[in-house]
Amino acid sequence: MSQESSHGVSAPRKDPIARKDLLALDLCGEHGDDGGGGLHFVHDATRVGSAMTSATDTMVSASPRHRLPTASSWTLMIAVLVAVLALMPLGFVLWATVVTGWETAIQLIFRGRVGDLLINTVLLILLTLPVCAALAVALAWATERTDIPGARFWSWMAVAPLTVPAFVHSYAWIGLWPGLNGLGAGVAVSVVAYFPFMYLPVSAAFRLLDPALEDQAASLGLAPFAVFRRVVLPQLRLALCGGALLIGLHLLAEYGLFAMIRFDTFTTAIIDQFQSTYNGVAAYMLALVLVLCCFVLLGLEAALRGRSRYARLGSGVARRAKVARLGAWKYPLLILPLVTAAFSLGIPALTLGRWLIAGGAGIWRMEEIGLALWQTLAICLVGGLTTTAAAVPIAWLSVRRPTRASRFLEGCYYLASSMPGVVVALALVTITVRAILPLYQTVATIVLAYVVMFLPRALVSLRASIAQVPVELEQAAASLGRSPGNALWSTTVRLAAPGAAAGVALSSLGIMNELTATQMLAPNGTRTLAMAFWALTSEIDYAGAAPYALLMVVFSMPLTWLLHHQSKKIAGR
Amino acid sequence: MRTSSLAGVAPALSILAFSVIALSSPASAQVTDSITIYNAQHEGLTKEWAQAFTEETGIAVTIRQGSDLEIGNQIVQEGANSPADVFLTENSPAMALVDGKGLFEPVDKATLDQVPDGFKPGNGHWVGVAARSTVFAYDKRKLNESTLPKSMLDLARPEWKGRWTASPSGADFQAIVGALLQLKGEEATAAWLRGMKENATPIRGNSTAMKAVNAGQFEGALIYHYYYFGDQAKTGENSNNVLLHYFKNQDPGAFVSISGGGVLASSKHKEQAQAFLKWVTGKGGQKVLRDGTSYEYAIGKGEASNKALVPLAELQAPKVEPATLNNAKVTDMMTAAGLL
Repeated sequence: MSQESSHGVSAPRKDPIARKDLLALDLCGEHGDDGGGGLHFVHDATRVGSAMTSATDTMVSASPRHRLPTASSWTLMIAVLVAVLALMPLGFVLWATVVTGWETAIQLIFRGRVGDLLINTVLLILLTLPVCAALAVALAWATERTDIPGARFWSWMAVAPLTVPAFVHSYAWIGLWPGLNGLGAGVAVSVVAYFPFMYLPVSAAFRLLDPALEDQAASLGLAPFAVFRRVVLPQLRLALCGGALLIGLHLLAEYGLFAMIRFDTFTTAIIDQFQSTYNGVAAYMLALVLVLCCFVLLGLEAALRGRSRYARLGSGVARRAKVARLGAWKYPLLILPLVTAAFSLGIPALTLGRWLIAGGAGIWRMEEIGLALWQTLAICLVGGLTTTAAAVPIAWLSVRRPTRASRFLEGCYYLASSMPGVVVALALVTITVRAILPLYQTVATIVLAYVVMFLPRALVSLRASIAQVPVELEQAAASLGRSPGNALWSTTVRLAAPGAAAGVALSSLGIMNELTATQMLAPNGTRTLAMAFWALTSEIDYAGAAPYALLMVVFSMPLTWLLHHQSKKIAGR
Repeated sequence: MRTSSLAGVAPALSILAFSVIALSSPASAQVTDSITIYNAQHEGLTKEWAQAFTEETGIAVTIRQGSDLEIGNQIVQEGANSPADVFLTENSPAMALVDGKGLFEPVDKATLDQVPDGFKPGNGHWVGVAARSTVFAYDKRKLNESTLPKSMLDLARPEWKGRWTASPSGADFQAIVGALLQLKGEEATAAWLRGMKENATPIRGNSTAMKAVNAGQFEGALIYHYYYFGDQAKTGENSNNVLLHYFKNQDPGAFVSISGGGVLASSKHKEQAQAFLKWVTGKGGQKVLRDGTSYEYAIGKGEASNKALVPLAELQAPKVEPATLNNAKVTDMMTAAGLL
């Protein structure tokens, strides 16, 4: 359950930078920039792969550049420091490989077990992504472009599976089909758990398409399906690539989902190693291969999305796309969202309900549940606040002083956050136990792991709201005699508070459902909802685990609402 | 404006400070009367022990949960700086690992005296706290007295291909292999592991293995006994089609594994840690084993186990020296056999 939607969508109000960030992260597609009167689209690379793609794309300069050398250089230093901390796990894995020595490393990497894991991982990704893409495009088309009954409702239902943590999905499936295991099961559960990550950007892209292009294609004689294939699909490419990358990274990082249905990936194998050797060399080498897999995904995505522009140039705005009138066909089409919802929501609801009823009042051990809830909320709050605070310098720099350096730093944060939780935790455990013992098993270390994993979530929200504050307010405050820091505090910081709150919420919710790193790094005596759920299911006390699953679902609901809400806002509806 | 802005941020800061304090307190609970247990035993059992112990003595207990060798290796890494006072395991090999690095404080004589010979190592550096028996948990719809394996060694024969399961990545199963190695030697063990690789389907977790047998996926599973009794005491939903087969006859499959407890030499609360081990091996701790929900065997002198269990004395377990169970060798051999 690591990195649940770690590249979360957020932008509280409608504004150009907000859109840029939003699309840059999850929706990864075309985005509007209302500057300059006309509507023109650009795409940029300030997202997960930006460290690997060239940074020459269009930048939105939100303010005239003023030289405030001290303030901005201090901010830059802090931002650099955060970036160094964030890249520490990645650096550690590379360092561990060098220290291990080539001979041992080769022995531990080129063996049958690693080959099996690699085949498992590659097959999992190759099978899951196309199914997710087909399902997401079909659902997005049905809910955005047809007169299917209850389109709004089905659009909510297509996002709702995100309220259920991935390992709770497989818990639900296991409850229904106890023998479920292997690749087929892994693909099936992954699809229902993760397809919304693709549905969100694709449905947003559908809303942003200019229907005039489709009309022209039709007027030149293309049949409706050919229009879809040759005009619509290519315009969805960026959304599909972005969603695919996000799902791919989740597949690599996920532990609970696959452990429960007996499907081995690199992450489950690293945990197995950890459980029998703590931090042995074999675990480092598996982590190295896992990191390389992440790089391959990032590189592939950067290559596949290409450099084409999908821009609408000219004055005026696009009209709304017309909705396909399906006539009697709209009823058979209902089967698609119905079946999807049955698998992705019905199964969790059914199993959870069954266990809650079977367990009765006995499973509500309020003292333990209360303690877990309190510890979870406390660690979420501390983690969320720290993550957001750590994102402030780079958010401010990228809006007020955008430079090549600030873009590079942002790329570093995204790269660091795409590392699986198990790698981050393995690195921090080893570094603290060997070198910085006072930090070993402390809240500080686990919070650092959360900052590394969830900083981009806070960054997008924060940057959007800082961009909405006119720099002139700061200047006015300064001209009225306030010191630079005070001027900043009394204008920008206060006005950007809603964005910061959204950042805290999004990163906190990621932390709530995080299992892998939390288990490895938690201070003695800590027990979060996810940890308690996992411990109980490991002893097949499925009824006892149900209250914890229910609580996680309930607390994830605001995240899902926020994601859906934001994706609607992009299209200005 | 200035005051109001400060007023706005004050609650947030105080929440932050409060949470940091609240969260770090269990980690840094250095109150005199408290101990930290690194626990690889079943969490439910250790919690029962800890609660009753705290009620009786007023000594607070903080538990860190993990698996045998994870925590054993963790303690070795932490060395003299380990925050642990007590280490509890499910099986002996992890105790042997930590003892091998000289990290245990000898256990008080009074505590050792509460436990019969055979349930503690000769050097007295740690002590048995509970025991569990190897069993073949089988699907009663598919197997009966005449078709069950007579010995654990039979499971490596070709006729058992595809019919049984186990959890080779777990410390429990590795302890069983350790016993086999001690009893039958390296060659026989390697051959048996090769047969197992051919015949058995690996599953992560003993309870999951039993559940798979119950669901009809396999005819049997080589696990410990208490998973069955624990499930029967609840709903029986994962074990109602299952029965237990005890190999007996000093068969390697009749191996009784000793769960150990030890006091860390680096502990700053040795007195309290020793008191805990004394309590666990004494009347109070053994009563939890008898009357609680763990269904592990009580081992204290004159202490009876839960009535539902086949008595320890009737298991005809082979004689195994717990202090010399060699886990490193076992892991190497299992890796070589392609099981890990």
